[in-house]
Amino acid sequence: MLKSRSELSALREEYSKAYAAQSRRLIVCAGTGCVAGGSMKIYDRLKELLRERGLSVAVELEVDPHGDIIDLKKSGCHGFCEIGPLLRIDPEGWLYTKVQLSDCEEIVEKTVLGGEHIDRLAYKCGCNTYKKHQDIPFYKNQTHIVLDQCGTINADSIREYIAVGGYTALEKALFDMSPESITDEIKKSNLRGRGGGGFPAGRKWEQVRRQNVSQKYVVCNGDEGDPGAFMDGSIMGGDPHRMIEGMIIAGIATGASEGYIYVRAEYPLAVERLRTAITQAEELGILGNNILGTDFSFNLHISRGAGAFVCGEGSALTASIEGKRGFPRVKPPRTTEHGLFDKPTVLNNVETFANVPLIILNGADWYLGIGSETSPGTKAFALTGNIMNTGLIEVPMGTTLREIIFGIGGGMRDGAKFKAVQIGGPSGACLTSEYLDLPLDFDTLKKVGAMIGSGGLVVMDDKTCMVEVARFFMNFTQNESCGKCVPCREGTKRMLEILERIVAGEGRDGDIELLEELADTIVNTALCGLGKSAPNPIISTIKNFREEYEAHIYEKRCPAGACQKLKKIYIEPELCKGCSKCARQCPVDAISGKIKEPFTIDLSKCIRCGSCIDACPFKAIKEA
Amino acid sequence: MHDNFDFSVTDKILSEYKCSQQSIIAILQEIQEHYHYLPREVFPYLAGKLDMSEAKIYSVATFYENFSLEQKGKYVIKICDGTACHVRHSLPILERFRQELGLSADKHTTDDLNFTVETVSCLGACGLAPVIMVNDEVYSAMTPEKASELIKKLKEELANA
Repeated sequence: MLKSRSELSALREEYSKAYAAQSRRLIVCAGTGCVAGGSMKIYDRLKELLRERGLSVAVELEVDPHGDIIDLKKSGCHGFCEIGPLLRIDPEGWLYTKVQLSDCEEIVEKTVLGGEHIDRLAYKCGCNTYKKHQDIPFYKNQTHIVLDQCGTINADSIREYIAVGGYTALEKALFDMSPESITDEIKKSNLRGRGGGGFPAGRKWEQVRRQNVSQKYVVCNGDEGDPGAFMDGSIMGGDPHRMIEGMIIAGIATGASEGYIYVRAEYPLAVERLRTAITQAEELGILGNNILGTDFSFNLHISRGAGAFVCGEGSALTASIEGKRGFPRVKPPRTTEHGLFDKPTVLNNVETFANVPLIILNGADWYLGIGSETSPGTKAFALTGNIMNTGLIEVPMGTTLREIIFGIGGGMRDGAKFKAVQIGGPSGACLTSEYLDLPLDFDTLKKVGAMIGSGGLVVMDDKTCMVEVARFFMNFTQNESCGKCVPCREGTKRMLEILERIVAGEGRDGDIELLEELADTIVNTALCGLGKSAPNPIISTIKNFREEYEAHIYEKRCPAGACQKLKKIYIEPELCKGCSKCARQCPVDAISGKIKEPFTIDLSKCIRCGSCIDACPFKAIKEA
Repeated sequence: MHDNFDFSVTDKILSEYKCSQQSIIAILQEIQEHYHYLPREVFPYLAGKLDMSEAKIYSVATFYENFSLEQKGKYVIKICDGTACHVRHSLPILERFRQELGLSADKHTTDDLNFTVETVSCLGACGLAPVIMVNDEVYSAMTPEKASELIKKLKEELANA
């Protein structure tokens, strides 16, 4: 239990020395993607192999190491999920990609014992081989500030976090600054809410700080519900202490002594790492009563979500922590006045809190030097879809879509043509190629009817049907509508019905106008932010791809060839030999005919699954 | 019905959360983790212990997607239909699982209670889309063929168990 600032400083010095003395580090990526690829088995196998060879292995930072120790670590997400499982070898900074269990022996023999690079495991692109992590174009074009420790330090170790300077900002805030000066610094930095809205965090803090109430709360929104986004999950699981440090500082600034982290149920890994991190911080006296011997106390709790997208909305989230249904309520009053348990509450997102220690440590002026004028700092995005390099990225605000998609993302997959990029999840919009040079920040996106949202970027190629994408999002919001207000509950249902009939080839004249009218009503009358933004994907696809809607409705044709029900599958009689293979394969008995004579498909029964096309040895079955 | 139900698990969970009304979601989560669904019997029991109306507990249990009032299979297969998985063709994978197991949009669990097939909005492994999750294990870069192979493997596991 640390009782003073000097005790923490002394501990940091000790840990830093030990960290600097680590001569050989093997960093296994333990992000969700790599774990799915088997990285934990690789971790165990490496440990086993190293021990078999009589080498000493350390899985936690050891203050007093004896002899040559190999440090084997589980880190947070390295970002480049596409080529995982990833293994980083330090001090050389080599990155091994797509590591298999069978590669472990060679890695130990050649790299650990022989110091030799294994070319086969390096990242290759075109005719270039990239040995080092930092040379790979995917990483080279990024600016890692919030994520800089994700993938380098052990995600389960408070010791490593402290060794690389962790909790220095907490020290500064606790001993050198007043609540006013902390709030002023955050206000000056113009840190804007990374959850999507972009509301200045400093203003929320100020509002909470000014109220003279004994009980206040700090709540972290980790309910990253947008499909196609996983940045917050990666931060919580990859560098949990940084976010916790940000929350404690918010507590000091606003006079709150209790904090809650609301994590969505689909992130078991993040919950586990956060639990470990909180226990470690409590054991050191960094969390709990009388932090570092001062009279400031801050207790942190984890609340696990139970699968409701609406709980990402502030008032629904606090209701959920209170053990109620996650219904949003009418605002004002704001969460800053009547938040959790009706008390003043600072509610920020994971990435916002993770920025706080950096701003306190380096100052607001440093932060203002990064990013664009009205949106300083960086933003983490989840880059996914039909693109070469997918993964977790971080770029300064104001970076263009072109730099992200074609620079970091490496362009389209399989030589396909870029069609659109969906930004901001179900509250966002689909942007076409004409917006590729738009600098991404809160304000420019708002101007074109989009929003950063939580930061999902899903790239779509020309085989993606935009009407179907609109249906997909409406299906999502309809499913997730909490049902409290009529415009969202009924309006999204009607919009979904219309979209469903359009993609099924049953669209009617006037459907587009009806969708527009409904969208307008929902935007203007829904109760919460999620309802108000629910029609965004439809508004933007109608605006940018109206001709696709028209083709579905008037010509009963899907220009992208993606809508199953608009596909016509037929057998070319000249090519069909009457072997009956297709009929045996058909799950709904839609194909019939006599052996050795051309077969036919009954389109009223056909579900367009395409099994017959794969089954036909003569390529006689065609799609139109 | 009441007499045959063993409430010792529920009691243990309740005492862990100090019978606090505020913790109802966490309590239901733990009960579900144990039984893989929320047995009907626990509702009146919880209402008594937590001094809450049964209706209120039921409203929470039915509001959140993760809670199930119906028994689920030994293997719960969650097919991610988040945006990233969707544009990389997750629906044919869902169709294949349903076809292999004789399930549909209305019937999620096989009669022998071995398999449940459902969709989720995002598993957070978008870089490896399309992904699915069987119990707690994530399978990446799925295809309908891989889905069939997986079912075969899981059925073998069941047969050998």
